[in-house]
Amino acid sequence: MEFVSKIFAMAIVAIFVQNFVLMRFLGLCPYIGVSKKLDSALGMGMAVIFVMTMASTFTWLIQSYLLVPLKLEFLQTIAFILTIASLVQLVEIIIQKTAPALYKALGMFLPLITTNCAVLGVAILNINEEYSFIEAILNGFFAGLGFTLVLILMAGIREKLDKSEIPASMKGMPIAMIVAGCMALAFLGFSGLKI
Amino acid sequence: MSIILYSIATLGILGLIYGIGLAFASKKFHVEVDPKIEEINEVLPGVNCGACGLPGCSAYAEAIVTRNEEINKCAPGGDAAVKVIAKILGIKASTKERQIAVIHCQSGGYDNTFLRYNYQGICTCKAAVLITQGPNLCNYGCVFQNDCIAACKFDAIHLDKNGMRIIDKEKCTGCGACVKACPRNLIELVPISKQVHILCSSHDKGAEAKKRCGNKTACIGCGLCVKKCPVEAIEMQDNLAVIDYEKCVSCGQCASVCPTKSIVDPIAEKRGTAFIIEENCIGCTICKKKCPVDAIEGEVKKVHKVDPEKCIGCEICVNVCPKKTIEIR
Repeated sequence: MEFVSKIFAMAIVAIFVQNFVLMRFLGLCPYIGVSKKLDSALGMGMAVIFVMTMASTFTWLIQSYLLVPLKLEFLQTIAFILTIASLVQLVEIIIQKTAPALYKALGMFLPLITTNCAVLGVAILNINEEYSFIEAILNGFFAGLGFTLVLILMAGIREKLDKSEIPASMKGMPIAMIVAGCMALAFLGFSGLKI
Repeated sequence: MSIILYSIATLGILGLIYGIGLAFASKKFHVEVDPKIEEINEVLPGVNCGACGLPGCSAYAEAIVTRNEEINKCAPGGDAAVKVIAKILGIKASTKERQIAVIHCQSGGYDNTFLRYNYQGICTCKAAVLITQGPNLCNYGCVFQNDCIAACKFDAIHLDKNGMRIIDKEKCTGCGACVKACPRNLIELVPISKQVHILCSSHDKGAEAKKRCGNKTACIGCGLCVKKCPVEAIEMQDNLAVIDYEKCVSCGQCASVCPTKSIVDPIAEKRGTAFIIEENCIGCTICKKKCPVDAIEGEVKKVHKVDPEKCIGCEICVNVCPKKTIEIR
């Protein structure tokens, strides 16, 4: 029971309180770039969830069974980036074959996950927080969920913004920036939660 | 020392494993992509103007390869793009004549427009035409809020000193964005070789049209141009003369008789007369039959002659002569 409540708390923290985009300010590029359409935002979110979960799994294994025994912790960043890049490449190849429509919608943003700091961020956080293997995987999954949540919220708002009357100088990127700021302010409210 | 070796070995082995994994995956999940699509996409200008009728340049490139779309639809790319695409596909280039925009109104400047009232609303033509049919007296003329300039993606429309919109023939790609933007439908796409234009769109009756035009160049629907046109390219449509550019030979006869100068002929001074080089003429009489003003005389198998008094310089004979022996001088 204690484990379940710990997992629940971890989920709340990863999704709301310490949201990767709006509280830790990681992964801002896809947050602004892929949030123009709801369906491509959903696709991107799914890709990020998948990559984050996989990255958490593999980087934890590499850290625990390769870097720590060999006392090579200083290689953490480069080893993790290598792992993440290969993973994203793999996801891209598989999506291109199995779901061409999704591949088309994500376009150039899939390779961008490679250098996405959110993915590297979750991998390094898992190690710093000294999570167990299961916890690390779940944390990666929840962080991806949190990312997807704000991405979809943002895409929904931006789709509505496209149809509403906005002064010409504020159309597109400027209003998106302001909306992003407002969302970050709203998420700041979650930091009052006592967990 | 050992730590250096360990780190090199660790990263090396990691990289090797990932590399092999990826190579395996890319073989297993290999997708055939037609390289022609990418090549054509690079040739296209990439401005995504939509002149081809597809949502963007890459969509057009894909349509060309996968759905046999015609290759001459890209207005900004022009002949150059068509030729390269034809080379990529290994087919014959069918270029179509470049079209440019023509504004069929000579009013709308600072000092050649009669105003009904001083418009101070939102600065777009679409808004201006909504209030009592627009701020200018003529219900068909330009309302000078320059929606066409805003719509032009190629910086091809400029204002002159009098505030008139001038189309830059070099920069205009004929994409049609301004045609759609003009709420008065004053703009038309015309093949670039056509020089003579009726620059009025007023369907008002003669006296009324004349009274309302600030430039005094309204078409009054007199029909003189219709009678004068040697190729029957002008038609009266509800008090307005309209040129059928498919038939028009840009001879400028209509402009010479237009009483209000609503027909403009920029090459009137430069136009020459036809001249038959006698040595090469075989007397086939084709030019004689085709001449719209009967300016060519001659009998079968005898050298023909052009009457310079009658010749209007339309160049029809130049184009039909099988021996290419007629020149414009």
